[in-house]
Amino acid sequence: MRLGALLASPLAWLVVAYVGSLAVLFVTAVWRVDAFTGEIVREFTLDNFRTLWETDVYRRITFRTVGLAAAVTITDAVLALPIAYYMARVASPRTRGILVVAILTPLWASYLVKVYAWRTILSGGGILNWALGPLGLDGPGYTTTGTWLVFTYLWLPFMILPIYAGLERIPSSLLEASSDLGSRGLGTFRRIVFPLAFPAIVAGSIFSFSLTLGDYITPQVVGNTNFIGNVVYTNVGVANNLPFAAAFATVPVLIMVVYLALAKRAGAFENL
Amino acid sequence: MSRILLRIATGATLAFIYFPLFVIALYAFNESVTQGWPISGYTTDWFGEAWRDENVRDALFLSEQCALAATAIALLLGTFAALAVARHRFFGRETISFLVILPIALPGIVTGMALNASYVRFGIDFGLLTIVIGHATFCIVVVYNNVVARLRRSSPSLEEASSDLGADSWQTFRYVTFPQLRTALLAGALLAFALSFDEVIVTTFTSGAEQTLPIWIFTNLARPQQLPIINVVAVVVILLSVIPVWIAQRLTREPTGVGGIAAAAAGARQ
Repeated sequence: MRLGALLASPLAWLVVAYVGSLAVLFVTAVWRVDAFTGEIVREFTLDNFRTLWETDVYRRITFRTVGLAAAVTITDAVLALPIAYYMARVASPRTRGILVVAILTPLWASYLVKVYAWRTILSGGGILNWALGPLGLDGPGYTTTGTWLVFTYLWLPFMILPIYAGLERIPSSLLEASSDLGSRGLGTFRRIVFPLAFPAIVAGSIFSFSLTLGDYITPQVVGNTNFIGNVVYTNVGVANNLPFAAAFATVPVLIMVVYLALAKRAGAFENL
Repeated sequence: MSRILLRIATGATLAFIYFPLFVIALYAFNESVTQGWPISGYTTDWFGEAWRDENVRDALFLSEQCALAATAIALLLGTFAALAVARHRFFGRETISFLVILPIALPGIVTGMALNASYVRFGIDFGLLTIVIGHATFCIVVVYNNVVARLRRSSPSLEEASSDLGADSWQTFRYVTFPQLRTALLAGALLAFALSFDEVIVTTFTSGAEQTLPIWIFTNLARPQQLPIINVVAVVVILLSVIPVWIAQRLTREPTGVGGIAAAAAGARQ
């Protein structure tokens, strides 16, 4: 079929419905809401960004969100490495296939349902407190620790799969050479496996980092603190200040642009 | 020694991944309205109760409508884009792949906000249409990825032979390209359906007063007496997204690179 005919409709859809909307979002960010009428005033102003920069609360929320995204990403990387290594280098091809499906399938199971399941698990009379009770311990409940746990859970499969793919590409000869030269398991891991797998880990981290940055539902359902997403959501709905919400929404976009640029330098894009 | 440790770690990670899904499946049969553990007794009553709930049925119906419409649009646009990128060389080809992936590469809240801002700007009323526009936009990538992967594995020489033998471009598509793409299209459609059916973040910004099934769950979370019904709906939602994905995986043996993962990213956040 002809190129023009093929390209016309998807291009028109994406440019009009998506790029156009993004443009509207960025334009809205430099408008403001009239304090008395609540109507959007379509005049250029950087007030929203000034408020973001100068208000203590918003700065704290931004740092808190980035900090949580980083914590979730690191935890996921630590949890993902052993299982990814097992899948790529130890398991038989048959087991490997089964494991890939076993990790990929729940990744598609409803995000909201998973968050809800954790809400049930973390609740006061829930299964976690029941299990920890005899040990004299308490679960994290609905706190930032709980939010961190649930985010870690949600994005773990997104971390496992790229690391698995990255580890699978390491030639066995390198590992054999390392052990021939007298390196023990841990030495080989530190000097050979980890450096070679690093771009893949960065590739996985793009998902855990980006998804945590923009999320507002998880902190609302299993947490007790506000993150960037919560402020944006409140300003669209309850506060009805679309320009300010739009301005704050550009923050995760900017952070992701920087993050993606760094990830590209680490060679992560060849591992996606 | 280290192998045993790795095996234990693998088992523990899998248990961690599946644990919440099993817990919620058990709660769907919980006799009591309170969601404590251990569960005191089991019943299947809540399934009937959920089915009789008009709001749940309406939400299920709306979710199905949205998912079907978004899938149909994504199927068409995703296939066109894939054919263009995989079978032609042109200026800006990279940009097309980038454009297709962008709606799920950016945080869901950005996509949702952007659509919301432009609906408000141009005075479009919130409803089925606005939900479908959003869903279709981020579903295109799933179809696109499946079709591109299939086209890259199949040789363009078959299509060239077909046109050398005098077939017009429609005949070539109908008798040569389409049969090769059939399972990839089906897999893409199933994934797009699952993605749309689950989506919540973008939908909260584009649905107005309408309630899809995930939105229904979200708004009812704060109502304790509704929790038994939410449990049932949760199990149904898991099954309705996991079964298509599982079938799709059987249909395609293509390695799941960023396409699968990134697409799932959308499904997950949303």
